[in-house]
Amino acid sequence: MDAVPKAMPAAEPAAGRHGVATVLAIGTRKGLWLATSSDRRNWELRGPEFPMTEVPSLAFDARSGTPRLLAGVRSEWWGTNVAISDDLGRTWQEPEQAAIAFPEDTGASLERIWQLAPDSTDRPGVVWAGCEPISVFRSEDGGKHFELVRGLWDHPHRTQWGAGYGGPAAHTVLPSPSDDSVHVAISSGGVYRSDDRGGTWDAFNSGIIADFMPEKYPEFGQCVHKVARDAGNPQRLYAQNHGGVYRSDDGGGQWLSIADGLPADFGFVMLAHPTRPDMIWTIPLGSAGERNPPQGRPAVYRSVDAGGSWERFDAGLPAYDFNAVLRDAADVDDADPAGIYFGTRGGEVYASADEGESFTLVAANLPDVLCVRAVAA
Amino acid sequence: MCSVSAQLRPDAPGRTDVELLLPAALADVVDGRRLLSLRPGAEPGRRDAGAAESTVADVLALLQADYPGVYRRVCDETGNLRRYVNLYLDGEDIRDLDGMSTVLPDRAELLVLQSIAGG
Repeated sequence: MDAVPKAMPAAEPAAGRHGVATVLAIGTRKGLWLATSSDRRNWELRGPEFPMTEVPSLAFDARSGTPRLLAGVRSEWWGTNVAISDDLGRTWQEPEQAAIAFPEDTGASLERIWQLAPDSTDRPGVVWAGCEPISVFRSEDGGKHFELVRGLWDHPHRTQWGAGYGGPAAHTVLPSPSDDSVHVAISSGGVYRSDDRGGTWDAFNSGIIADFMPEKYPEFGQCVHKVARDAGNPQRLYAQNHGGVYRSDDGGGQWLSIADGLPADFGFVMLAHPTRPDMIWTIPLGSAGERNPPQGRPAVYRSVDAGGSWERFDAGLPAYDFNAVLRDAADVDDADPAGIYFGTRGGEVYASADEGESFTLVAANLPDVLCVRAVAA
Repeated sequence: MCSVSAQLRPDAPGRTDVELLLPAALADVVDGRRLLSLRPGAEPGRRDAGAAESTVADVLALLQADYPGVYRRVCDETGNLRRYVNLYLDGEDIRDLDGMSTVLPDRAELLVLQSIAGG
């Protein structure tokens, strides 16, 4: 494993037993910051790690002992890799060989890791990665080495998948905690589901609009921005689409609109409460032609009835802000009450200790925030 | 392409090392070393008909074998130089020569530099 050069001393997470301190990892266009708090209202910020390096994906793997922090790091010069810290950001290691690399026969090279997703506790070493170009990789050793999921790479639809504005990517990977199914969301390709841990895949986009295509409800090709799974019903999924907000109650078989009550149906974020069924959050943006908070008034919208109704919350947020929140620049922790976190393309990061009802500023004037992840440490 | 060639013999006697000069950012991954000496199997500069000649690709193949942490930062998994990495052979950009197929002269010096990309 290579040691990773640092620009300044690593963050020193607040001391405490598990559950006392919250660590918030903030991946930006140029580096990683770490914030710690004992009350989720007052934060100490350290960074940056990985200078001049983009950090579009982060994951805390808290399935055993001290949470492992995985970071998908990308240098315009030196390429993309997975960096691992087993001490909450004090030190980092990268495998000498690239953790994720396309096999030679594909003729592809890894551009960016959009998603790092630890599997359930029943599969302790398994970590999934959603990547650009559109692909999914799986690790069996906690994220040190990944293998290409051939079933998706060889899918006959692949040549017809398009590229979202941010690049052609499998940006969401959702392994099921209850069975062998895995959902992947692709911009732009839509939602795909495997029922055999990635061996075979089918499109699951019925009901999701693709208003940028001649055929508005195609089998695939939708630009789904984020998918989240309900805490109580593993078959219940929520999707924030490129125009449209949806819920499925049958594992993606049919999607129904839950956009009524939102100021706009465009956005990137979809969060589901980790333990409370039917509670979700999204952060709407203006139409696809705007992509900013509607009227420049940022707000978080929460539903406690699986999208049947929505409530607006903006306490603590700026009255005027035209910066978008990207799909993985938001997270929910597993505390009670749950904490909500998000960062903007303007480099501001906010935290809520009351399930999104009010926010405090964690950091400002950072580079564009691409990803935030929180954990109790 | 930087594929490993069976003809490479890093310990072959009588061969001249190729000096690979690294920028500071890459030296950090090889314990601070700014210079790596690599010895391709074919004799650098040899032009005899039918004789094997060492190329830039051969040197990068050695780099892949001996210093994979440096290699993966210089080349992607297709074997191509990364977009914003430049490799100079005795002061000339290999992209302006024959790329990976550029034949190495005797006592060659290869310089790795990142381009001035980004904002």
